[in-house]
Amino acid sequence: MHAVIPYVTAALLFGLGVYGVLRRRNAILVLMAVELMLNAVNLILVTADVTVRAALDRVQIEAWAYPNGEPYSGGVFALFVIVLAAAEVGVGLAIVLQFYRLRQAVAVDEVALHADEAVR
Amino acid sequence: MTVADALLLALGVIAVGSGALVVTSTHLVRAGLYLVISLGAIAGLYLVLGAELVAWVQVLVYVGAVVVLLLFAVMLTRAPIGPSDDLDRPAWPALLVGAGVGLGLAVLLADAFRWTVYALPEPGTAQRMGEQIFGGWVLPFEIISILLLAALIGAIVLSRPDIGARTGEPAED
Repeated sequence: MHAVIPYVTAALLFGLGVYGVLRRRNAILVLMAVELMLNAVNLILVTADVTVRAALDRVQIEAWAYPNGEPYSGGVFALFVIVLAAAEVGVGLAIVLQFYRLRQAVAVDEVALHADEAVR
Repeated sequence: MTVADALLLALGVIAVGSGALVVTSTHLVRAGLYLVISLGAIAGLYLVLGAELVAWVQVLVYVGAVVVLLLFAVMLTRAPIGPSDDLDRPAWPALLVGAGVGLGLAVLLADAFRWTVYALPEPGTAQRMGEQIFGGWVLPFEIISILLLAALIGAIVLSRPDIGARTGEPAED
């Protein structure tokens, strides 16, 4: 397995996510691009799990890692990131829907940040 | 070029291609469906890389839940069915920054890992992952469960206008 293939895939996906966040006006599409970026990071973590383990061959495992014995932490981190992404998209969509209910719009560049008189 | 390499390459091309369609499509619903393809291809990449549980959690949580939530939001905001032409801002700054980040990271990683061959790990089972989570990572696991609870309560409070609403006009401000 050539580890460079998933690494470069993840880098390109992250670039696409950055492009989408900066390009899109619709808040839901911005959230989709954020999902792409989070997935790129997950892919990096899982791939690093493989390559770092190969580099750690015949290295003594530290005592605090005792019950595990072997370093498989990349997958665990990827699981945590997936859970965080689920929480993020839940709260984010709640905010987007509430904003839509107030203003009938989902365009992120029309949100008034100096919102005193606009709210009333 | 082994079978694993060919699989990684094909799934990576699918993931990047449909990811590009996600950020360029003019149909809101189609962008969500392309996101399904991209996330599914990434789940396939996890399978090839030996992270079996992560792949199935990706299918369950991302493809099953997050995308459905996004499509619900698309419907609830009354998005048009056909193509909409007001989805995008001017392209140049985004193109510059996005291509810079993506290609820069790609060059960096390609230079770091060259064409080195790594041994494929044996497929990880749910038992191994469970020993990891409930052995060394049990504290972050519990913290993340509290975070999920907080996000749940936050979403409920945000979406119910009768919680925390001011009664009547605010008197003095």
